[in-house]
Amino acid sequence: MLIVDRVEKSYRKGGMFGREFQKVLHGISFECGQGECLGVIGESGSGKSTLGRLLLGIEKPDAGSVLFEGEKAGERRTRRGRISAVFQDYASSINPFYTVEKAMKEPLKLLGMSGRDIDVKIDVLLHQVGLDESYRSKYPHELSGGEAQRVCIARAVSTEPKLILLDEAVSSLDGSVQLQVLDLLKSLRQTYGMSYVFITHDLQAAAYICDRAIIMRDGRIEETTDIERLKDVQSDYARKLLSMII
Amino acid sequence: MNIFRNVWKDKLAFLSMSVVAAIVIVGLFAPVFAPHDPNEANMELRFASASWEYWLGNDHLGRCILSRIIYGIRPSVLWVFVALAASAAIGAAVGFLAGYFRGRTDAVLMRICDVMLSFPGYVMSLAVVGILGAGLDNILIAFVLMKWAWFARVIRTSVMQYAEADYVRFSRAIGTGHIAIMAKHVVPVSLPDIAVASSSAFGSMILQISGFSFLGLGIQAPHAEWGMMLNEAREVMFSRPGLMLAPGLAIVIVVSAVNFLSDALQTALDPKLMKSGKKRQEQAAAASARLEGREVA
Amino acid sequence: MAANVLEVSHLHIWDSHTGRTIVPDSSFQVKEGGCLAIVGESGSGKSVTCRAVMRLNKNGVRHSGDVLFKGVNLGELPEKEMRKWRGKRLCMIMQNGMRAFDPSRVIGAQCRETLAQHYDWSRSDIEAAVIGAMERVMLKEPASIMNKHPHQLSGGMLQRVMIALAIALEPDLIIADEPTTALDAISQYEVVEQLLRLREDLGCSMIFVSHDLGVVRKVADEVMVMKDGEIVEKGTSEAIFSEARHPYTRYLVGSKQALSRHFNRIMGGEAVAHR
Repeated sequence: MLIVDRVEKSYRKGGMFGREFQKVLHGISFECGQGECLGVIGESGSGKSTLGRLLLGIEKPDAGSVLFEGEKAGERRTRRGRISAVFQDYASSINPFYTVEKAMKEPLKLLGMSGRDIDVKIDVLLHQVGLDESYRSKYPHELSGGEAQRVCIARAVSTEPKLILLDEAVSSLDGSVQLQVLDLLKSLRQTYGMSYVFITHDLQAAAYICDRAIIMRDGRIEETTDIERLKDVQSDYARKLLSMII
Repeated sequence: MNIFRNVWKDKLAFLSMSVVAAIVIVGLFAPVFAPHDPNEANMELRFASASWEYWLGNDHLGRCILSRIIYGIRPSVLWVFVALAASAAIGAAVGFLAGYFRGRTDAVLMRICDVMLSFPGYVMSLAVVGILGAGLDNILIAFVLMKWAWFARVIRTSVMQYAEADYVRFSRAIGTGHIAIMAKHVVPVSLPDIAVASSSAFGSMILQISGFSFLGLGIQAPHAEWGMMLNEAREVMFSRPGLMLAPGLAIVIVVSAVNFLSDALQTALDPKLMKSGKKRQEQAAAASARLEGREVA
Repeated sequence: MAANVLEVSHLHIWDSHTGRTIVPDSSFQVKEGGCLAIVGESGSGKSVTCRAVMRLNKNGVRHSGDVLFKGVNLGELPEKEMRKWRGKRLCMIMQNGMRAFDPSRVIGAQCRETLAQHYDWSRSDIEAAVIGAMERVMLKEPASIMNKHPHQLSGGMLQRVMIALAIALEPDLIIADEPTTALDAISQYEVVEQLLRLREDLGCSMIFVSHDLGVVRKVADEVMVMKDGEIVEKGTSEAIFSEARHPYTRYLVGSKQALSRHFNRIMGGEAVAHR
C-alpha cells in the first residue's frame, strides 16, 4: 500500500545561495502493507523525521518516489481522507484558538460531511479514545498531555484513513500515560484496520505496538526486521541499540 | 466575545479603548458635534480666550478652536487610519506569502523589502511629496509606500513561526490546500501580532502627519488639521502660548491612548487567556481563597 | 548511620496569585552520598519541590517549612548568601539543555562565567578545569565544543556539558531535574552512565527527578513517589520496585513493567542492560 522507492533528500547548507548540500536520506526503500504497523527506529539525526515529512507529502524527495496506493504521496488529492498524522508535541498540534470540537471538525469538513453527521461522529470518537463530551468546548492549553494526545488521535482517526503516521507520538508523555496511549492505538487499529508508521527512538515502545521495524542511522536503513525476531538482528548498530535499553 | 471580556477586565485598556472609540465617533460625526463652522473666520474674535460660546477660544483668524480640533480628527486620525489599513494590508499580503512559502519567494520578496527599507522614511516621504505636490492625499500615499515594507517584515517573522506549528503540518498532511490553511490557521493566529504592530505604527503615523502639516506639506489651509494648527500657533508662540495647548494635547492624548491600547491588545489576544466556561468558575473560586502559613521566600 | 545532607520538613508550596496549593506538606531526607529519586507524572510537584529547595521558584510561588542543608536552614539565608551556595554547594542540572544555555553565547563563555562566579582562579585555570571536566564526561574535542553555540550541539551533549560543570563545581548535592527526558535512547543511556560515574567519582549526594521508572531503577537508592503534590510513598529502590504498597506506586511500576515484560518476551527472556 505504501511503497518508498530509493528516496533521497538533501538540504542546502548555508542559506539560500549556499553551495554545499547535506544529504539527509540516502536511497531509502521499504514497504508498508495494509493493516500493518511498521516501526521506524533511529536516534536524533538519523533522518527519521525527514522521512516522516516525505511520507506526509509535506516535502518532496529529490530522487526516488513515495507511492501511496500507486499514486504520489506529494499530491494533495492522494492524501485527502487516506492519510493522517499524530505528532510529538501535543501542545502545538492543535490551533490554540480552536476548541477541541473545532479541531476535530476540520478533517471531517474537508471530506464534505454534513453538520449533523459530524456532531454524532465527534461524540463517538471522543468516547473511543477514552474522553467524553465535556471535552468538546475545552481549549488545548486546558488539557493535560495525555488528554491532548488523545484528542489528536481522535482527530487523526476521524476520517478512517488507510495510514496514520505517528511521529514520536508517545515520546513526550509520562510513563503510565504512554502505556495507556499505546494500548489505545492498538485497539483502534483492531477496530479500524488501518496501518501505522510509528517513528520513534524508543525501541521498547516500538516493540510493544509494531509488527515490523526498520532501523535507521545517518539516513540509511541499517536493518529491517520482524519484531518477533528482534533478538536475531545482525547489524552492529542494531545490537548496540538493543544493549542500551534501560 | 472573549477578547472584549479580557480588555474590559484591564482598566487601563478599557479607558484607552473608550478614548479612542470616542475620538473616532466624534470625528466621523464632526458636523453633529462641532458647535461652529471650523472655517468661519471672525476677525473681531481674534485670539479670544475661552468663552461660553467658544469653549476653547479662537485662533488668529477668529475661528473656533474646538470646532477645528473636532474637524481635525478627520485628517489627523481617521485618514491616517485608512492609510494604516492600506499599508498593513499590502504588508500583510507580502508577509504571508514570504513567511508561508519560504524558499525563493521569501528571498525575492525580502530583497524588495530591504530596498524599500533602506531609504530613510522621512526623507523618502518628503521626496514623494516633493514630486507629487503637497496635500493630504499625497502624504498618505507616501506613508503607504514607506510603511508596507516594515509591516511585511514584522508579519513575515510571526508567520514563519506559525507556519512551522504542528497544527499546520497536520492540515497539510491530511490534504488541505495552501489557501485554506492560510485562511483558517495562519491568518487568525497572526492577527494579534498584526493588530499590535498596527497600533504601534498608528501612533507614529499620527505624529508624522502632524509633523508634515506643521512643515506646511500636509493638508492645506484653510482645512483644519492638528499639525497645521500647531504651525499656526507657532507664529504667536510667545505672545499667545495657549494656542498651542489644544492641538498639542489632542495629539498627546490620542497617541498615548493608542499606545496603551496596543499593549492591552497584546495581552488580551493571548490564546492562553481563553477559557471554557468551567474554568472561569474555578478561577473565581480560587481568587476568593485565602493564603495561610508563614512565608519563607 | 549516615548523616542527612538534606532534610526537608513540612514543606508547603502555594501559588500566591491564585491561592492554589501546589504541595500541601512534604517531608523527606537525602542521605549523605545517597541518591533520592522523586518520581511522578507531570504536574505532581516534583520540579516545584526541587526549585523550592534551591529557592528558584518564580515570584508568585511561595513556600514555608524547613529546608536544612547540612544543618543550615536555607530559608533563613539572605539572598546574597544563598546565591553563593547555589552552584557551589547545591547544583542543579536542568531538563532541556537547549533552553538551559544562552543561545547567543558560546558554551565556553558560559562555563567560564559560572566558574568565575564561585572561584577566584585565573582565566587559564578556569579553562583547564572546564576542559578537564568535559574530558571526564567523555566529550570529545572539548576545546572545539567550548567554541560552539548551544544550537550546534545535540541535547545529549548539552546535558553532558551541564554534568561537566557540576563536576568542576564539586557540589555536595546535585539536583538533576528530568535530565534524560528530552533525549533519545542512546543519549539517555550515555547520560545515565555519566551520572553514575559522577556519583562514584565525587561521592556527592543526588536528587534525581524523573517520570521514567527505568532510569530511576538504575540510578536511585531511595525512591519517593509524588502525586498531585503529595508524597504517596517513600522507600528504598528495592522495596518500591518489588513490593510497593500504595496503589498509585503499583500502577506506575506496573505500567513500566508491562512494556518491559513485552519486550523481554520478544527478546526470548535475554537480560536487558542492568547495572
